[in-house]
Amino acid sequence: MSDTVTLTWTPVCPLDRLEPERGVAALVDGVQVAIFRTDDELFAVDNLDPLSGAYVMSRGIVGSRGGAPTIASPLHKQVYDLRTGLCLDLPGVTLPRYDVRCRDGLVEVRLRQEE
Amino acid sequence: MTGGRLVVVGNGMVGQRFVEALRARDHDRRWQVTVLAEEPRPAYDRVRLSAFFDGVSAGELNLHTPDDGVQLRLADPVTGIDRDRRVVTTATGEHPYDALVLATGSYPFVPPVAGTDLPGVFVYRTLDDLEAIREHARGRVTGAVIGGGLLGLEAANALRLLGLRTHVVEFAPRLMPVQVDEAGGAMLRRYVEELGVTTHLGVGTTALRPGPDGAVAALDLSDGGTVDADLVVVAAGIRPRDELARTAGLRLGPRGGVLVDGSCRSDDARIWAVGECAAVDGTCHGLVAPGYAMAEVVADRLLGGAATFPGADSATKLKLLGVDVASFGDAHGTTPGCLDVTFTDPVTRSYAKLVLSDDARTLLGGVLVGDATAYPTLRASVGGPLPAPPLALLAPAGEPGAGVTTLPGAAQVCSCNAVTRDDIDTAIAGGATDVPALKACTRAGTSCGSCVPMLKQLLDAAGVQQSTALCEHFDVSRQELFDIVRVRGIRTFSQLVAEHGRGRGCDVCKPVVASILASLGTGHVLDGEQASLQDTNDHFLANLQRDGSYSVVPRIPGGEITPDKLIVIGEVARDFQLYTKITGGQRIDLFGARVEQLPQIWRRLVDAGFESGHAYGKALRTVKSCVGETWCRYGVQDSVGLAVALELRYRGLRAPHKLKSAVSGCARECAEARSKDFGIIATDTGWNLYLGGNGGFRPRHADLFATDLSTDELITLIDRFLMFYVRTADRLQRTAAWIEAMDGGLDHLRSVIVDDSLGLCAELDAAIARHVTSYSDEWRDVLEDPERLRRFTSFVNAPDVPDPSITFAVERGQPVPTREPLTATGAAPPTGAAASAGAPTRRRQPVALGLPEVRR
Repeated sequence: MSDTVTLTWTPVCPLDRLEPERGVAALVDGVQVAIFRTDDELFAVDNLDPLSGAYVMSRGIVGSRGGAPTIASPLHKQVYDLRTGLCLDLPGVTLPRYDVRCRDGLVEVRLRQEE
Repeated sequence: MTGGRLVVVGNGMVGQRFVEALRARDHDRRWQVTVLAEEPRPAYDRVRLSAFFDGVSAGELNLHTPDDGVQLRLADPVTGIDRDRRVVTTATGEHPYDALVLATGSYPFVPPVAGTDLPGVFVYRTLDDLEAIREHARGRVTGAVIGGGLLGLEAANALRLLGLRTHVVEFAPRLMPVQVDEAGGAMLRRYVEELGVTTHLGVGTTALRPGPDGAVAALDLSDGGTVDADLVVVAAGIRPRDELARTAGLRLGPRGGVLVDGSCRSDDARIWAVGECAAVDGTCHGLVAPGYAMAEVVADRLLGGAATFPGADSATKLKLLGVDVASFGDAHGTTPGCLDVTFTDPVTRSYAKLVLSDDARTLLGGVLVGDATAYPTLRASVGGPLPAPPLALLAPAGEPGAGVTTLPGAAQVCSCNAVTRDDIDTAIAGGATDVPALKACTRAGTSCGSCVPMLKQLLDAAGVQQSTALCEHFDVSRQELFDIVRVRGIRTFSQLVAEHGRGRGCDVCKPVVASILASLGTGHVLDGEQASLQDTNDHFLANLQRDGSYSVVPRIPGGEITPDKLIVIGEVARDFQLYTKITGGQRIDLFGARVEQLPQIWRRLVDAGFESGHAYGKALRTVKSCVGETWCRYGVQDSVGLAVALELRYRGLRAPHKLKSAVSGCARECAEARSKDFGIIATDTGWNLYLGGNGGFRPRHADLFATDLSTDELITLIDRFLMFYVRTADRLQRTAAWIEAMDGGLDHLRSVIVDDSLGLCAELDAAIARHVTSYSDEWRDVLEDPERLRRFTSFVNAPDVPDPSITFAVERGQPVPTREPLTATGAAPPTGAAASAGAPTRRRQPVALGLPEVRR
């Protein structure tokens, strides 16, 4: 499924369906995407925990580390920077990111391939 | 005069006690009692007033029990006494009396200083005062207390807990001048100042000055200095409320108060006085115990008895600002020819003084600051011979045991990542100064995390000073955070992090705050903002497994289950195709449930009478039991019955870590109670209680704590043990580590929950009582609420599509997660180059040895 490239935006849910500081999972063209809402931003990353192989990232705890918005894997708590997808605990591990925006009260996701 | 109309003026603690004492003796109802009270609330426990800041409600402080033989008129203050007509008047009418008891108490003395009427200046006397203080403190920065006595220090602590930079101004040259001598006061001052409270001793307050908003802003001191303060509490002593007596022409004591004799009768034979308003033989008493004694005397006298006031015991022991202070007998050594033995230990920072008779044989009194463990023995010995040589009595208790430091170098500290103690010590020597640094360079603690407390202890052992900060978002420890939340009544994480932390929080502090809020009984764990704080297990009220599915554990109290319920569990497991396993805690775990299946599974279980087993929470898990004397020919007590009762009492209690318990019906210990946080083993006459055991990472047997307890005694001790643990332990610290880390260990724990050395027991008892009455099943609460149910969907945009990544193979006739072949390197990252730096490799060992043939 990681081969899928979509350049169009896919509406996922109304913005108010997202609880602040918590994630949901969405299925976009067969890809599991984890979407998070913080006070002022939306983030979308892959729902797959790269270390455990389980599709659980949407159920992690949102937070911050030194100013960076973060998500912690609910399985073994490794923390990722939501803006870059980089794992802050284990160098070299990355969480794929997706584009996300809010249009007319709807959250939309666009898949793209990481470079 | 042993009957008729009795009017009591005042419904404070002593007035209430008097009425109860009288009603308990007046079997023939000779007296018709009317109580006239000024406050709109019936009697409450003023001694525990500060507990109000600990979240104890006004209702819980209530002391009044309705009695149909007593007419209580609240908010109806007495305006006068007509002794000739034998009538008291209030705004609403007249009340004739045959006997009149004055229990009007005292009022706070406010020194005649300009500005004490400014907004922001308070006294510390009633619940309304405390409410007003809390209200005014909001958003303000500094506070000051005028008066460094007992009440003043209590008020100072309250201000400190309310977040104010606090000053104490005391006219005498030392704190607590009435109870403590000069050296004790100096030690006390060191403690108090270390807590950030600034003391100004030997100075008076000359004026209070307002700021631009008209509220108080500063104090002028007699030495020319000033203290900034947005809030001022005046705690400069109390004065008897004797104005009714004064206008009625009754004789007063030399320093005020209704003058009464040893029978507590005034110079008018029909009028009596009790409590702080009474001057017994000329002396007023400001403590509640002498007041209660007076109440008993008058109750006895009114029914024809001849009791007299036995004199006051002014012994005091209290914990002020976290410091033990005790004073008893002739604390200041005023007896002619008396001798002092003093002991000052700058290391343990304790000070003690014993006052002995001139022949050094009889104990007359003393002062203890910093360590008051000897207080009960000493107080009991006043007037008699010393129970031991003075220094032996005063020397502090020994240090607790060594713990983790005895581990050999080759011992594995982190078994997930095969990290030894030597590895850790090397990392520490190489400059790792905290747990995150140790994690980064050794990987210890990065998987299951259960060795993190040991990492801290090893850092301690290596002499590395560690911060008690919870994480980068909070500079305080879990215990301090608990106090902040409790005392200030904060109910949301966002308020807490905004006022007392920084940033957004993280996977460390959010679940800690969620647990604290749950321990304080603030509603369902998935309500409002609390939901976003929960770890995934608490968020879905089920246990996350390695493949992203969940397991479900219904509560089976004590491991006792009816055949019908067992069948329901079987049916549910069959219908949802769940892997089923008996747990170590005598329950049944159902694995492989997808998020969206959880509510359907709970519905079936709840309908059959099950509830959540809290297997997902840092909470009480299970109370295991052996079958006990009901069936077992060796059993001596009903271990199953007790296990069921305990499990239902403490179910759902959120704690710093999981809690396990077991009850064995005899000394053979089949329930393995000694491997539990609290284990109970039956004896011929009752129960033995063991505390601080665990299996798991570092197995430890629980220590014997108390023996041959009745069931009631047992429950009281467990109540206090659990709530003290919930309030004071570190994050993820189990009871064993908590007790080991405690200064004084098990002995200290015993002094707190048995001897009530911190004066906490009533509060702990009340907190548990609140927990028990407010419990409700979290599963059922979700099923009944569409908002909460909405979270249990697979995909927000495709709720009908199950997570396609969760697939099962079959092993030994049951579904299990599909895995990569055994030959692969363990938890290999499944996709993408991004994950190539994943977890360390490990090899799963094949366990199938080939099934043995069964001969038929």
